[in-house]
Amino acid sequence: MTTLDKKLDRRSFLKVSALAGGGMVLSFSWLAGCKPTTEEELLAMPKEWFELNSYIKIGENGVVTLYSSSPEFGQNVKTSMPMILAEELDVDWKKVIVEQGNFDSQRFQRQSAGGSQSIRQGWTPLRTAGATARAMLVGAAAQIWNVPASEITTSAGILEHKGSGKKAHYGEMASLATAIEVPENPKLKDITDFKIIGNSKKNVEAEKIVTGKPLFGIDYKVEGMKYAAIVHPPAFGMKVKSFDASYVLGMSGIQEVFTINIFNENYVRTFFDVATFPELLVVVGNSTWEVFQAKKNLKVEWENAPESSFTMTGFGGRNPYKVTVPEGLESSANHREKMAEYTQKPGNVVRRDGDPEGAFKKAAKVLEKTYTAPFLAHNTMEPANFFAHVTAEKAELYGPTQWPEPMSAALADRLGIPKENIKINLARMGGGFGLRAYGHHLLEAALISQKIAAPVKMVYTREDEMTYGIYRPTYSATYRAALDENNNLLALHVKAGGVPESPLHANRFPAGAIDNYLAEAWEIPSNITVGAFRAPRSNFMAAAEQSFLDELAEVMEKDPIAFRLELLKRAETNPVGENNDYDAKRYAGVLELVRDKSNWNTPAAGVHRGVSAYFCHNSYVAEVVDTKIVDSKPVVEKVYAAVDCGIVVNPDSATNMGEGAIVDGIGNAFFGELAFENGVATKTNFDKYRMIRHKEAPKKIEVYFVDSKEDPTGLGEPFFPPVFAAVANSLYKATGKRYYEQPFAPQLEMQNLKM
Amino acid sequence: MAIFNLNINGKSQQVDVDPNTPMLWVLRDHLDLVGTKFGCGIAQCGACTIHLDGNAVRSCQLPVSSAQDSQITTIEGLSETGDHPVQKAWMEHDVPQCGYCQAGQIMTAAALLQQNPNPSEEEIENAMNGNICRCGTYTRIKAAVITASQNL
Ligand code: FES
Ligand code: FES
Repeated sequence: MTTLDKKLDRRSFLKVSALAGGGMVLSFSWLAGCKPTTEEELLAMPKEWFELNSYIKIGENGVVTLYSSSPEFGQNVKTSMPMILAEELDVDWKKVIVEQGNFDSQRFQRQSAGGSQSIRQGWTPLRTAGATARAMLVGAAAQIWNVPASEITTSAGILEHKGSGKKAHYGEMASLATAIEVPENPKLKDITDFKIIGNSKKNVEAEKIVTGKPLFGIDYKVEGMKYAAIVHPPAFGMKVKSFDASYVLGMSGIQEVFTINIFNENYVRTFFDVATFPELLVVVGNSTWEVFQAKKNLKVEWENAPESSFTMTGFGGRNPYKVTVPEGLESSANHREKMAEYTQKPGNVVRRDGDPEGAFKKAAKVLEKTYTAPFLAHNTMEPANFFAHVTAEKAELYGPTQWPEPMSAALADRLGIPKENIKINLARMGGGFGLRAYGHHLLEAALISQKIAAPVKMVYTREDEMTYGIYRPTYSATYRAALDENNNLLALHVKAGGVPESPLHANRFPAGAIDNYLAEAWEIPSNITVGAFRAPRSNFMAAAEQSFLDELAEVMEKDPIAFRLELLKRAETNPVGENNDYDAKRYAGVLELVRDKSNWNTPAAGVHRGVSAYFCHNSYVAEVVDTKIVDSKPVVEKVYAAVDCGIVVNPDSATNMGEGAIVDGIGNAFFGELAFENGVATKTNFDKYRMIRHKEAPKKIEVYFVDSKEDPTGLGEPFFPPVFAAVANSLYKATGKRYYEQPFAPQLEMQNLKM
Repeated sequence: MAIFNLNINGKSQQVDVDPNTPMLWVLRDHLDLVGTKFGCGIAQCGACTIHLDGNAVRSCQLPVSSAQDSQITTIEGLSETGDHPVQKAWMEHDVPQCGYCQAGQIMTAAALLQQNPNPSEEEIENAMNGNICRCGTYTRIKAAVITASQNL
């Protein structure tokens, strides 16, 4: 990871200035904040920009452009990251224009949307970038006014020296400021002085979104551009044998049909180079509709793919390892059988505290339950697509990607073009949820463009998108608790695995709270590809663990919240083992907050409530779900969420994200499922793959943030994992049945409830 | 291929396409009106919603040949300056996350309010149920439709 200093030093500054050029043309962007109401407020664009560092440039009239460098997929970093810059720069938010920074690893730090990291990783660098620029403006004013810099104050883009009565706006000092030495350690604001951070700002792209402006990769078009569609094998475990394009080439608007190979023979893949099908068929033509029609009519013979393998490296090119792709056409029924077998066999021990085996031998009572969940498709609303224009010397790409950096290496290798001649421009994404961290679609578009020697936009159909792979894996977890005759908890044992990976986090709660603890993991290889899906692994482990703790509390005759708090007290005051990766006090804090905000002990009449809490991405979330049965239909009435994610930059937008994750969780808990028969995904579009819809969303969601002075932690993911168990636990109260298998809808239907 | 005369957002437009081409792709690829979105192509998600003589329809299932004699409105033509009460309410409630579904949501909501300026919550839920929002902004969508209905 490159450090901030590199991004702000004089050399990179000069480079940026050169890149930007004197009269850099700016596509006029929607002004941040409220719509200007008066003519005067309609900002005239400056005649000249002065770039103070990679993230900030100031016009001579005081208008400020802030670059948002992270990819935007609905987490609203395009508003909240510039808010951090604006805070330390100390500007008037109404004078801010936000521009998307395109992928440029020399210029920007960590351009990635994933792991709920944008704000966490951006926090100090962005504050520093803002403070640095502010210090340079102060330095310029000190020189011109001939007063000590320490006597100059700033406020909302105005510099002032009280002693001499001198005042100027940033624009007036911007030119000279570029010549001021970049300060080493600019002073950051005291967080109690924040004016922008913590005060909700509207989405800077809201007006463009509601008026249908072209913002997404799929909206892109250039003169002479061709359209392309891909055809991938109909089943995991199959590959292309041969094809006959003669009929399709006679169809209207169709230009070419060919195959592409995604990687070079000996290419060492990174973690994000998942290409489920290394060889694809491509149809190129004059419009999206025509290539979609043609692909349906393409005659292809498929054959079973033999076992294969490739080399992959971990983060940063470390620890290369061999990945074997097994042969065979897999079915969900077999997955289930195999998973059931593995739950009976010993797994790999990933954590052991005390003497769990001994404790189970002594137990008067053992509670054992197994939880499962199916594969899930991400189903981003915008299907995969990318624009590419590849020539002999260079490549230019534009479209949806959560993580361009690893793809620039893959593109360079495959296209035979040096990295520095490959430009990846970032479009707003119509959803990502982890899926768009994997960049096969960039390679596909680039290879097509290279082959046809023309600019091209490749677009997936919904069916392509849903059946291509990179799913949330299917998982299983078995929990066992040993109790003595007085219902005291003696030991806990968890054994969890999946196809093809285990979801287990060895050092998560309740590890650390129980003297005798055993955690085991197992894995079943598969040729169905998987990838990050909103809070990977946590999204299942939370469901299993928090459902089990609920049932355990009942057996122990304890209130579910009080029971969790007891365990957390133990972990806080006298933790078992080492490396427990959570802060028990903050964990307890969100449970207490949700208990109080929901009036836990006095639910409304007819309401059945369940609770759940989880820690991931360094944040703590507790949720209470209120369910009602209305006309034989389970209805989620209301959800309360309490969150500790440190300082909240943009509260209303953070709330929106929380609401969305909760709705997402309810939807997947009830309906989310992708199954396979002989390698074929049994659902290919939204007619079969049931998504949560308007009517099924809760009537109300209340989100409460713990008032915190801690640096921000993750937000986009942590709301999601606890939802599943909170729903299951509230359904238990409503129906008297526990729900061990996701999705819940089929079981509810078997109980004669309507879904 | 055949020539079709269309009336879109109050403007006459001519396209030369296969008669089966869905309006969605005529708008997006041939007329550069890309606000109308492709989500599923089978009338299941609502991302492609436009108005056909004031009714919300799924443009992915509307062949250009049957759109000839109608007034078509897309998100780009819903208002001149983005100040339709539904658009304003959407901004007031800061509804969008990724934003991809929102043009379709807004077009569905605008058609509902045109026909029923004072919908009940249940009527809103019924009207909006065909539009999927993968980001889960449903609670804000409902609040925004209510606000819009008050500001018509
Ligand atoms: S694209 Fe038309 S309804 Fe989904
Ligand atoms: S805002 Fe992303 S799909 Fe609705």
